[in-house]
Amino acid sequence: MGTQVFYFVATLSIIFSLMVIFAKNPIHSVLYLILTFFTFTVHYVLLNAQFLAVVNFIVYMGAIMVLFLFVLMLLNLNNETEPSKSPLIKIVGVIAGGCLVVTLIGSLKATTISSPLILKNQGLGLVENLGKELFGPFLLPFELSSLLLLAAMVGAVLLSKRDEVEA
Amino acid sequence: MDSGFVIEKFILVAIIFGISLVIAMYSTYAERKVAAFLQDRLGPDRAGPFGILQPLADGLKMFMKEEIIPTTSSKWLFIAGPGLALLCACIGTAVIPWGSPMVIGGKVVPLQVSDINVGVLYIFGVVSLGVYGVMIGGWASNNKYSLLSAIRAASQNISYEIAMGLSIIALLLLSNTLSLKTIVEQQHGFWKDGWFTWYFFKQPLGFLIFMVCAFAETNRAPFDLPECETELIGGYHTEYSSMKLGFYLFAEYINMFVSSAVMATLYFGGYNYPGMDWVATQLGTTWAPLVGTAVLFGKIFFFIFFFMWVRWTIPRFRYDQLMNLGWRGLIPLAIANIIITGIVIAIIEKF
Repeated sequence: MGTQVFYFVATLSIIFSLMVIFAKNPIHSVLYLILTFFTFTVHYVLLNAQFLAVVNFIVYMGAIMVLFLFVLMLLNLNNETEPSKSPLIKIVGVIAGGCLVVTLIGSLKATTISSPLILKNQGLGLVENLGKELFGPFLLPFELSSLLLLAAMVGAVLLSKRDEVEA
Repeated sequence: MDSGFVIEKFILVAIIFGISLVIAMYSTYAERKVAAFLQDRLGPDRAGPFGILQPLADGLKMFMKEEIIPTTSSKWLFIAGPGLALLCACIGTAVIPWGSPMVIGGKVVPLQVSDINVGVLYIFGVVSLGVYGVMIGGWASNNKYSLLSAIRAASQNISYEIAMGLSIIALLLLSNTLSLKTIVEQQHGFWKDGWFTWYFFKQPLGFLIFMVCAFAETNRAPFDLPECETELIGGYHTEYSSMKLGFYLFAEYINMFVSSAVMATLYFGGYNYPGMDWVATQLGTTWAPLVGTAVLFGKIFFFIFFFMWVRWTIPRFRYDQLMNLGWRGLIPLAIANIIITGIVIAIIEKF
């Protein structure tokens, strides 16, 4: 049953992520992106990573995408205001996209199907075990990344403050 | 997965769904009666004895109204908005333990739809998802006032979610678990080891912050800025009519019910009450859990009444006051609460 659910949800993820790109309206794009994230949440649950699933749900779907939607609604983008792109940019875009495709195909050819990984600890994704892992062997990377996030946050506040002083 | 399990869960879900809809329905009646009581009026008293059939009449009116979908709006999202709002309001009830496990004919039936070990976070996820219904509806109306209201709702929800999460962290420091079932079991009875078992008495400040945030998350007065007649004509539901408007209003009352249930579960012991062990020995394992459930509903009704009490007592905040309270008042307080809780736990455990 697990594999069937996986294939169903994986198909949905691919469809929704394609819709993100193909949707004309930026708001619809964001809404499809939210659905894509929701399917990712289901994937995490299938992988037995409940904590990651629920954090993905809260942080990405509940907070970051709300902010995306918020900004897009304020900008009020529509077809008329969309800036027209010059031919040069289009050519550059085609070349860059082609390079990306070549790289992806090259790297995909180099990969081999790895043998399925068997988890030593089935409950690794549960909150308690994850906490023990994060605050045990991975304490330093964890704290460093939190410091990085704090620095980014302070930096963002500082950048927005400086304008106020000058004005 | 045996069919007995599926049937058992299905019955439980149906009962909880029915109860939340009926409570939401009668909350509209209760709200008017409470408002009338606080303003020294009578309130609805025409439909049936004491106006008890008023919600049915209102529902009928909602269904009979003309369905209007503005031609310039995006139709699908316009319909999806209220549906999403109601869905998000309803699914929060899935992880709340409504009573201690019941024994029916030698079979143990847990009175909780699902005991996931991240129950508290699930509630948060559902709460943070709830704002999409308002945002999508407001945007799809293609009306500047609705859009403004949707943006207000979004910024308010995001701001108060942070304080809400921080206030819960202090509780989690004490409980050491994210499962709502375990949190309720830890609050067994009323008094143990020289102190109250209910988390309210261990986390009074946390509860206060949580409650204020719950008011903000459910868009209830004094935080009902997304609805404002004088500034926004109506709110995010200005363009809505008929049952789609009804869905939004219904979602608000179900949200109120769910957040009352969460507050009662996390801080006021859920289905626990003083002397529950004595009652359990008297009534046996089939009927005693139902007494607990009744007690839980008593607590929930008190909180719903409190929501209404506040609505008809405190006027609406101004927008800058709302943001000031959230970011400069509640978040620092919540962080201080975490630090103090941590220090106290360290002192008790180490010394």
